Amino acid sequence: MTTPFIALSAILFSIGAIGVLIRRNAIVVFMCVELMLNATNLSLITFARTNGNLEGQVAAFFVMVVAAAEVVVGLAIIMTIFRTRRSASVDDASLLKY
Amino acid sequence: MTAFWILAPIMVLSALGLLFVRKAVHCALLLAVVMISLAILYAVQEAPFLFAVQIIVYTGAILMLFLFVVMLIGVDASDSIVETIPGQRIGAAVLGLALGALLVIGVLQAGIGTAVGLSEANEGGNVQAIAKVLFSENVYAFEVTSALLITAALGAMVLAHRERLFPKVTQADQAKQRMRDYAETGKHPGNLPAPGTFARHNSVETPALLPDGTASSASVSRVLLARGDVRNAEVAAAEFDDLVQAQLEDADEAPTGSASQSKEDV
Repeated sequence: MTTPFIALSAILFSIGAIGVLIRRNAIVVFMCVELMLNATNLSLITFARTNGNLEGQVAAFFVMVVAAAEVVVGLAIIMTIFRTRRSASVDDASLLKY
Repeated sequence: MTAFWILAPIMVLSALGLLFVRKAVHCALLLAVVMISLAILYAVQEAPFLFAVQIIVYTGAILMLFLFVVMLIGVDASDSIVETIPGQRIGAAVLGLALGALLVIGVLQAGIGTAVGLSEANEGGNVQAIAKVLFSENVYAFEVTSALLITAALGAMVLAHRERLFPKVTQADQAKQRMRDYAETGKHPGNLPAPGTFARHNSVETPALLPDGTASSASVSRVLLARGDVRNAEVAAAEFDDLVQAQLEDADEAPTGSASQSKEDV
């Protein structure tokens, strides 16, 4: 019985994708990215169990490490933007458009 | 599978809450629910090491970092309703639902089949088995990860660094500034007056009284003044009068009550 796990992972991934597209607060957008990474981890671990080897779990472990590094840099960028523009909205950082 | 069927609805609802909840703090808490539930699903799927890592790294470190930044850059900052691209929300929702439907239908039709199970691979302990895979076939990726982490730490430090535009104000400078203010504007260089004490109140919301009976606004915090939380002498005096009156009435009633009772006893 592994299909429900993969289906749940797909549902969580698409909810995260919708969140990235519709939310305006940069921190919440970032949380949705984390949700997508977590959903992928769930499917990696499920596939590890399906195939009976641990490669999937090691891959999920690497995803977690990369996510930790990404969060550190991403939140630092959000804080820098907030310090200069007094806003965490992704709509306000639109200078490159003009 | 029981754990799965209990946790899956909770996770999907929390994840949906991430889309609709307005405050970033609530989003972080909902994400915590999803992540802890995921950790339990990892434990169910024979991954005890990742269960621990998920709780320690994701729920412990990453989410706390999120909450930390949310607190730093304003808890009340909620989303704007204005759409910069017309119809973007609807379009994103439709496309997202289509993606979800595509993935779920694809998974259901692919028929992943039954699980082989990890009891053979996990023989001698899950952590030992993961370590074997990690430090033999993936050792190069592991080394590169350390470079990534160092780069990320450096990047965070560079991004969070701020050049000092003005020289740091020392205690000696502050003392000099205070005396300069006294010489120029006559502002009192010493401590501000302490809050006052009325008969029933000695809290910081009680202003000190000046010799002429008026309240000194310098003795209470500006925040309390702005909020209108400052107690004034007349109100406190009226409250005290009421209290004294009530106690006097109690005292009047109590002896008559006991007296009548004792009469009945006789």
